[in-house]
Amino acid sequence: MSKKPTIELRTSPHAHAGGDVVRIMRNVVYAMLPICAFTIWQFGLSALALLVVVTATCMASERLFNRLSGQPSSLGDWSAVITGILLALTLPPGFPLWMGAVAAFAGVALGKALFGGLGMNAMNPALIGRAFVQAAFPVAITTWTPAFFEGRFTSFVPTTLTPPFLQPPAIGDWVSSVTVDAFSGATPLALQKFEGIQMDTLDMLLGTTAGSAGETSALLILICGLYLAARRMLDWRIPVLVMLGAAVTAGIFFLIDPVKYPDPLFVLLSGGLMLGAWFMASDMVGSPVTPLGVVIYGLMIGVLTVIIRLFGGLTEGVMYAILLGNAATPLIDQLTQPRVFGEQRAGK
Amino acid sequence: MGLFDLFSGLKTFAHGIHPPYHKDTADKPIRRLPFPAQLVLPLDQHIGKPAIPLVKKGQEVVRGEPIAKADGAFSVPLHAPATGRVRGIELMPTPKGPKSDAIVIDVYEGSTQEVLWKQPREMSELSPAEAIQAIQETGMVGLGGAAFPSHLKLTIPEDKTVDTLVINGCECEPYLTCDHRVMLEHPQALMRGIRYAMRATGTTQAIIGVEDNKMDAVEILRNHLPKGGAIKVEAVETKYPQGSEKMLIKSVLNREVPAGGLPADVGVVVNNVGTLAGLGRLLPEGEGLIERVITVAGPGIVKPGNYLVPLGTPIRHILEQVGYEGSRTEFILGGPMMGPAVSAMDTPITKGTSGLLVLNEPSIEEESHKIWPCIRCARCVKACPMHLNPSILGQMAAKRKYEEMAEDYHLNDCFECGCCSYVCPSNIPLVQYFRIAKAINREQVA
Repeated sequence: MSKKPTIELRTSPHAHAGGDVVRIMRNVVYAMLPICAFTIWQFGLSALALLVVVTATCMASERLFNRLSGQPSSLGDWSAVITGILLALTLPPGFPLWMGAVAAFAGVALGKALFGGLGMNAMNPALIGRAFVQAAFPVAITTWTPAFFEGRFTSFVPTTLTPPFLQPPAIGDWVSSVTVDAFSGATPLALQKFEGIQMDTLDMLLGTTAGSAGETSALLILICGLYLAARRMLDWRIPVLVMLGAAVTAGIFFLIDPVKYPDPLFVLLSGGLMLGAWFMASDMVGSPVTPLGVVIYGLMIGVLTVIIRLFGGLTEGVMYAILLGNAATPLIDQLTQPRVFGEQRAGK
Repeated sequence: MGLFDLFSGLKTFAHGIHPPYHKDTADKPIRRLPFPAQLVLPLDQHIGKPAIPLVKKGQEVVRGEPIAKADGAFSVPLHAPATGRVRGIELMPTPKGPKSDAIVIDVYEGSTQEVLWKQPREMSELSPAEAIQAIQETGMVGLGGAAFPSHLKLTIPEDKTVDTLVINGCECEPYLTCDHRVMLEHPQALMRGIRYAMRATGTTQAIIGVEDNKMDAVEILRNHLPKGGAIKVEAVETKYPQGSEKMLIKSVLNREVPAGGLPADVGVVVNNVGTLAGLGRLLPEGEGLIERVITVAGPGIVKPGNYLVPLGTPIRHILEQVGYEGSRTEFILGGPMMGPAVSAMDTPITKGTSGLLVLNEPSIEEESHKIWPCIRCARCVKACPMHLNPSILGQMAAKRKYEEMAEDYHLNDCFECGCCSYVCPSNIPLVQYFRIAKAINREQVA
């Protein structure tokens, strides 16, 4: 009792669970690293450059908007890194780097900064960025590169280094020069939709197909997502419900006409469904907080994805389905407020 | 979690949290501490009207003697915890925060620990109304922390009937073990108190709810149950805030107290184990409440334990006796989830104080993390035992939409357990916001 202690005064609770936002965000990044590694192994230098450029642009844009709004740097919360990696994983591996930078800037500017930063954004910034370039560069975003082409670790896909503000060159000749088997330049989804060819399930599971950089291996995405769910940093109900919604909807159509419509397993494993379900639909900011709301939201995204895939002009519907789900979230939350303890049900 | 609850077979409520419990003092028997040189007895230790002093400056008082009388029905008397001389009635710090009038007693050196003032009586001869009267005379209040006068709690409103007395032995706050020790060491007094309370309220069954981290207490209580089966012991899941009235009623009876209602609305009256054990001891002797068991614990305490201390003991005296260390510390009266932090070392232990915790730097450091934006992770929604939506409430509080919070989002059902703030990964002070919102709304009405 000789020296007087400093007495701290705080209102209760004086205990805290300790888990903080930064830890959650950092773990999401960790969970995506294996997917990044796989895509680099699969598509080589171009995928690596795309990841680096898009992520760096996201971080630079975030910092720029911090400056402009006079706020302290929010790079420390890792959310810009997540946006960057996610966005890069949804783009074709040979996507021109300058276009990737545009997507990153648009995603952060329109999808996040405009609303007031982390937590305020209504929709997933990565998907906003992708939607922007989907509209702006419709050809480049549907130009696919074969997986495991020769020399991928020593040279870029020709489109990658397209000079800024120019359209990428056609890569048909390059493709036929680097592949041994006949690469049609189509993803499993496009093959199925336009030519009625169904890819081998195992190929899609392992990811030895064409597609967006990080969307090809359903199995890898599943494992990484499960890691996050096991660490309680991801609400497992959302991806599971998205997959359920998609599988059931697809199943109904498959039963109606098995020749015309793909089977549910194909629907689950193809395109961006896995990545979207586990890493984008589950984004806490854009998803409902109420238990019932989560169910509606997840199923809605799953159903919409299949509807867009089967009846829309595009081959892939995950992106728009999630954006629509994000947009509906405030309404869903409001309509599904849980019954408060002790609250009498109507009519009682 | 929900699935696990189903399989565990333990009675419980939905939501809540599992903080580290730190029940390290559970095996420390209740011990007395030497009397302090001075006792500080605020007149408003209970909820309701402050007591009216019966003593004057300079007057001598003996241990157990009434020194303040109840101001009507919504009040309780005070008794002298030790023999000594009244120094005066002064403004002194209280655990509640603002200073208030208190009777200050200079304790005679060597003051006996024998209670000198008592009026033994035969409880079985009293009618329920007389029993309620006798309970008020003991000055007993809810010892779990609420400090609500016990005679009022055991008075059932005329338009209500109750069938069940629920006895709260959960002690769900981390660190606290005083109720645990009372159950282990004074089961007979508790059973007596339960019988008195059942007679006063006209209830036919009683259920003692004890969290399953105190199975030794469950066993001892079961061994002391009277024949006939009117009283039973129920182990409930160890989960915060299991010891909240509404949660415990839900757990043991599966009845839901209506929003804004009282346990009597579902035929229940709830009392804390410490309170009833106290009544079981005091009522037949006709003594007043002059001391209570508190848990002194926390990383900053040298000799943690459960101590029987006279009411009005300044925390300075207790800390001198048990020793404490740490250069930056936080003193908390009660548990870490709901207890207030105090700044003045002269603050006395009052009837509602269940513990004195000294948390030192690391524990403080942990919660002083930066506040991040809400990322809508919904952890607070999954933690709130009242099934509120703290996420939305917090965003509304930031915009100062206090009235809307109460009207549209059930703010007034919040009983400030602090689960939301505890789980928030963004360190948003949610329950702190809600307290402010409720206080401002109350002022608007007044």
